[in-house]
Amino acid sequence: MSTRSIVPFGPQHPVLPEPIHLDLVLEDEKVVEAVPSIGFVHRGLEQLVEKRDFQTYVYVAERICGICSFMHGMSYCEAVEKIMDIELPARAKYLRTIWCEMSRIHSHLLWLGLLADAFGFESLFMQSWRIRETILDMFEESTGGRIIFSVNKIGGQRRDMENSMLRGFLTKLDQVEEQVKSITEAFLNDHAVNTRLRGVGILTKEQAYGLGAVGPFMRASGIEFDMRMRGYDAYKDLDFRPVTSTECDSYARCKVRIGEIFQAIDLIRQAVDKIPEGDIAVPVKGFPNGEAFVRVEQPRGEALYYVCGGGKKFLERFRVRTPTFANLPGLLQTLKGCQLADVPILILTIDPCISCTER
Amino acid sequence: MKLVKTIFKNLFHRPVTVQYPDAPAHVTERTRGHVEIQIENCVFCSMCARNCPTGAIHVNRTAKSWSIERFGCVQCRACVDGCPKKCLRMETAYTEPGPQKKTDVYTQAAEETA
Repeated sequence: MSTRSIVPFGPQHPVLPEPIHLDLVLEDEKVVEAVPSIGFVHRGLEQLVEKRDFQTYVYVAERICGICSFMHGMSYCEAVEKIMDIELPARAKYLRTIWCEMSRIHSHLLWLGLLADAFGFESLFMQSWRIRETILDMFEESTGGRIIFSVNKIGGQRRDMENSMLRGFLTKLDQVEEQVKSITEAFLNDHAVNTRLRGVGILTKEQAYGLGAVGPFMRASGIEFDMRMRGYDAYKDLDFRPVTSTECDSYARCKVRIGEIFQAIDLIRQAVDKIPEGDIAVPVKGFPNGEAFVRVEQPRGEALYYVCGGGKKFLERFRVRTPTFANLPGLLQTLKGCQLADVPILILTIDPCISCTER
Repeated sequence: MKLVKTIFKNLFHRPVTVQYPDAPAHVTERTRGHVEIQIENCVFCSMCARNCPTGAIHVNRTAKSWSIERFGCVQCRACVDGCPKKCLRMETAYTEPGPQKKTDVYTQAAEETA
């Protein structure tokens, strides 16, 4: 037996946008085991729900994460609306869907850029992020913020998008689609990129089931499951099928995410076609009394929200199970048996969001 | 060949970034820059301070003053929406970056008695 050594990886590492620490047990250059430890960016946002008015807490909830900020705020609102039996106006549901899909595009483009950066393709990294700028500008035009949108409130939306603005967005999305097509070529057909991604970090369908993987990480292992199939908001009126792949490796995860960008653009087109006129919010009276679970599909995968209220201004409990947390066991499985040089790419393929996970 | 096209495009293209704060930042009509107050219309009801998720706004009814911690404000617009007198508004320009955290205090001039 060769000698084993332990290499600490993180919490500060060029490939990691956020701090996570892994102890990698190596046999020569091969990883035998990985032991994760998290807890570097805990901010106690869940506890804060006991000290902030439940309506004001929306602004805190969306600050759990900088990338899926819209969906964190939206899901918190949905959970409270579920407790209080509030039926949203149809237009508000469509607005939420459109902003959700825009978030998905910008999150996946960010991830593609980070992946390109991880295997040293600087130009591709810059191009992915340049395309993402268009989406951020669209967000700023419609919500007033580039990353933190503050458009959700309990009972609806705070901002409307006029039909002229929506049509303008469709034109911009056509350009984005063209640009994404051009970088897709580099991600999926480039020889150098393929050698870094193909056959690296296999997670079989059975393992994905057994370890409870979620999101694109799971769909790349051939499981056709997506929380949007639940039909929350306007998704029940839209036509879509989850993007999957059966290759089960890092290449498949990249392919699924690129597929989801095109799918998101298509879903926005459908939603803009069908969006009804009307109010964007309903008035809210009283305080939430009861508890509710809400599950939504974030760009990184399924997120679960639990809200418990006792009929007072302050809620009793708020809990978030984020997709990165669910994907950690899957990540450790893929790390077993890989080469040390592949570890950064494998960590990226689950699209880790550590500040989400630690809240 | 694709790469060559990209290289030439980047060589003759202007930079997409803006040299903020030397050049003005790109803003839209809805951009949430910073909160401003029309202090003469304020009735010091404290609704803004109550709605603020970070507790950056302080209202002193007796001294008739309204203050905001500029670096504590997260530009969520909750105070503007909740203001019953509509004396708060959101400006599109961002506050200036600075080396020290500052608090802006606005005081209402005492009403002249006839």
